[in-house]
Amino acid sequence: MAVLTRVLGDIDLAEDAVQEAFTVAVRRWPADGVPPAPAGWIITTARNRAIDKLRRESSRHDKHAQAALLRVQEQPAQEGPVTDDRLRLIFTCCHPALSQAAQVALTLRLIGGLSTAEIARAFLVPEPTMAQRLVRAKTKIRDAAIPYRVPPDAELPGRLSAVLTVVYLVFNEAHLGRAELGTEAIRLGRVLAGLMPDEPEVRGLLALMLLTESRRKARIGLDGELIRLADQDRDQWDRALIAEGHELVRQCLRRNQPGPFQIQAAISAVHSAAGSAAATDWPQILALYDQLLACSPTEVVALNRTVAVAEVAGPATALRLLDGLNLDGYYLFHAIRADLLRRLGRDTQAAEAYQRALERAHNQAERAFLMARRPSAQP
Amino acid sequence: MKQYLLSVYHPEDTAPPADIEQMMTDVAALNEELLAADAWIFAGGLFPSSTATVVQLDAGSGQVLTTDGPFVEGKEHIGGIWIIKAPDLDAALAWGRRATSACRIPVEVRPFQEEVPD
Repeated sequence: MAVLTRVLGDIDLAEDAVQEAFTVAVRRWPADGVPPAPAGWIITTARNRAIDKLRRESSRHDKHAQAALLRVQEQPAQEGPVTDDRLRLIFTCCHPALSQAAQVALTLRLIGGLSTAEIARAFLVPEPTMAQRLVRAKTKIRDAAIPYRVPPDAELPGRLSAVLTVVYLVFNEAHLGRAELGTEAIRLGRVLAGLMPDEPEVRGLLALMLLTESRRKARIGLDGELIRLADQDRDQWDRALIAEGHELVRQCLRRNQPGPFQIQAAISAVHSAAGSAAATDWPQILALYDQLLACSPTEVVALNRTVAVAEVAGPATALRLLDGLNLDGYYLFHAIRADLLRRLGRDTQAAEAYQRALERAHNQAERAFLMARRPSAQP
Repeated sequence: MKQYLLSVYHPEDTAPPADIEQMMTDVAALNEELLAADAWIFAGGLFPSSTATVVQLDAGSGQVLTTDGPFVEGKEHIGGIWIIKAPDLDAALAWGRRATSACRIPVEVRPFQEEVPD
């Protein structure tokens, strides 16, 4: 992606680069059960950036080129949001005037139908506290007159993003022992996908959750420890969930309006498609991370990308990139760093990094994950 | 229809912004739009917090005490207010966004208890 961005000054060159990437990607895939390919997104992203660049440097010649570029691909007809009571309710629950904690609680209560006690237990909060949170939120909706409606088209992208964030937050709370939250989040995702069939990010989120869920049994070891992706027994993966997730990602690709959840789902799909850790198509994953970074330029995405860089360009390159990030308080930053140092044979520094990771872990689940990753004790 | 108070929070002890002329133009334009949309009820800028006086009942003596200065000594004070009519919070927030863009400082949007006729 960085390469494409640099050459976008010359559109012909960029298109050639894209075509080349596409050919390479297609050659990699086996004929059966073809996993999703990111090439279409590379093209879309490249084209959108070219259009933006043309708009900024508008001269008559460039406007011709811009018009030609837009004619190449017709945009699908825009349809208005589906109006449905449950949809109105979801958007109301996730209104930006409510705190995120309130949004999550309301969504689970009013859409998920969970009891106050169940929600309190799920988020490790006393029941009266959760009850008060819900009452305050409902009072605000009434007294400030938060409208009960699906937002107008102009506001929909931002508002939908908030809804999807809430659902994904619920999903990620489903650590060991709170699996019901994962099930509930997936159910909410299915409801949203049914109500908003034209929103590809909704499908992307559902695909991401299904693919993550498909690995749940393999993720937890005999002693309750977390097993990371590279070490999981792939026979334990749920093939039906993977198939469903892959199909959703293919639908998103056909739609060709990429977004962060869709790209994360595609990354997960590439992992699911590999028969073994060694067979993982890391260049494909790296290309997808480049896209994700372009539309979601956060330090955490950059961090996750370094894992792919390590597989494609080696741990030394990845470590250089990682050390340029500002994530000292994040336990996974130190855990990934430790891993890279270990692969480079710098065992003392690796041990120090693991220690820093442990110090920054927030809870038992995170600590357990780190303990599982740590190399066996030094003699 | 619902009414909302838009309070502009002005930092204490800062010089006027460099683009104050543009700011005043923007605020004037916003007021024109509010009037044209029949959303304007009242608006006004306040003198700085140093010009404020607090009166309050002292429970012990039953007397009303008079104190120099604002009620809350803080890093910010209310620099001005709008009172607007709006059908719901989304509409009020839309005006609020315009207000904070015009004033370049934070605006609090809070609902009144009483409604007014449309």
